[in-house]
Amino acid sequence: MTIFAAKSLRAAFTAIGDDLQAAHPELDLTFNFAGSPTLVTQLDQGASADMVALANTEQMAAAVAAGVISGEPEIFVRNELTIVLSSDADPEILTPADLAQDEVTLVLAQPDVPAGRYAREALCAMDRDSPTYGDDYFARVTENIVSEEEDVRAVLTKVQLGEADAGIVYVSDVAGEEGDEIGVIPIPDAVNVVATYPIGLVVGGDEALATAFIAYVLSAEGQATLVEYGFSPVSAGLATPAAG
Amino acid sequence: MGRRDRPVAEDKRHKRAARSGVEIGPAVWLGAALLVLFLALPLVALVWRAATEASGPASGAGEVLNQALLLSLATSVLSLAIILALGTPLAYLLARRRFRGARLVETLVDLPIVLPPAVAGLALLMAFGRRGLFGRWLDDAGIALVFTTSAVVLAQLFVATPFYVRAARGGFARIDSDLEDAAASLGASPFQLFWRVTLPLARPILGAGAVLAWARALGEFGATILFAGNVPGVTQTMPLAIYGQYNAGDLRGALLLSLVLLVVALLTLLAVRLLGGRAADLTT
Repeated sequence: MTIFAAKSLRAAFTAIGDDLQAAHPELDLTFNFAGSPTLVTQLDQGASADMVALANTEQMAAAVAAGVISGEPEIFVRNELTIVLSSDADPEILTPADLAQDEVTLVLAQPDVPAGRYAREALCAMDRDSPTYGDDYFARVTENIVSEEEDVRAVLTKVQLGEADAGIVYVSDVAGEEGDEIGVIPIPDAVNVVATYPIGLVVGGDEALATAFIAYVLSAEGQATLVEYGFSPVSAGLATPAAG
Repeated sequence: MGRRDRPVAEDKRHKRAARSGVEIGPAVWLGAALLVLFLALPLVALVWRAATEASGPASGAGEVLNQALLLSLATSVLSLAIILALGTPLAYLLARRRFRGARLVETLVDLPIVLPPAVAGLALLMAFGRRGLFGRWLDDAGIALVFTTSAVVLAQLFVATPFYVRAARGGFARIDSDLEDAAASLGASPFQLFWRVTLPLARPILGAGAVLAWARALGEFGATILFAGNVPGVTQTMPLAIYGQYNAGDLRGALLLSLVLLVVALLTLLAVRLLGGRAADLTT
């Protein structure tokens, strides 16, 4: 079974894949992790897969419009944004408002990559709150953008390498990554974005297998694994009240 | 080398070879035809698809394409200028002087041609990145190279230099030293010698090498995206824009840029052939 999934799902889905493989040794799982727009383009250009998990509903809508999704996609997990800092960030960044300082070098995902889009939404929300973040927050922060990456993991890598002072990634990307290399600044709930991840069957794929995988992901075990990797669950049994 | 060109005799020998009696069976033709077809098909498909692609890009894409075009032109021309300025002396030295380490230098110059661009990009990052071998000093001085247009030029310099230097070295080496001796004996200074005799004689091959280097700089992708980043107007050259637009679902924008580069590639080959004549062997 071939599974296309957004880059931010890499660690969690690989773990889920290992669990499923252990329980069902006859399964042969192949993953393709990439930025969501890249996955949609690949499917549109004829790549074959059984199912696809993307990081926002806009990209899934694009996939549906391209005619590659069969049936109705459903939301299977949520995520939130956070700020990562390199260990030698200069000038010092202590709060989200500090991102607007003059010399900060910031990396975001590209605007059409879900992580990039969500990040800009959050920055817009902060821009509307002038008392807390200052005037022209959005303009000043976007001036600091030095690179726009193809997927959210590339953003994290640039910050880890010290090539940029800060980046905006998902909470799931830093779960377990904290250490000497990077620092993390949380984004307040009031301005944070709840990322909703849809999953759907791909036209021409193995519907039975794909449906079973989706069912597992939505099950208590699947959701528990996702929570382990920093995501927020959706299943009724483990649902957290909608935050932000 | 002292060899004088004998165009007429060479032509006759070529024609004789073409008319030789060796049997060329259908298998040979078929093999050749398959490969040619394989090379031609993607290019034909590119042109055909670009002409018929209906779905237009979002209105913002035109801006991206313009910026990529301008940036590619500006950086590749600047890279070429540096390559000519620094590469010409290097090529001359390699052609005319035997010095210790010449072989090492030649290998170093040749290396970027066979080195995968991604490796080149990573290497540049390790050298000039904020924590890089040399970059850490730059960082202390407040100079950042990564993510700047300068980084684009550096990446292009790294990959395109060998194309010029190798050609120029061959061009200088081919010059009949009798001509230079004659000019020297007539009282020409070293500078006059180089400017009035050596350079004009080598110009066809230097020109061809320069065009190749420029084309290579224009097409650079792997090293650029790793070392310079990918921001429209700052570091997003045409190849990066093609990749970016395609991934974003803007096939038409990607096809348009590809067409431009395809035409540039064809013109490049034409220019190399015209400038260098028979002497401009692309495999120098």
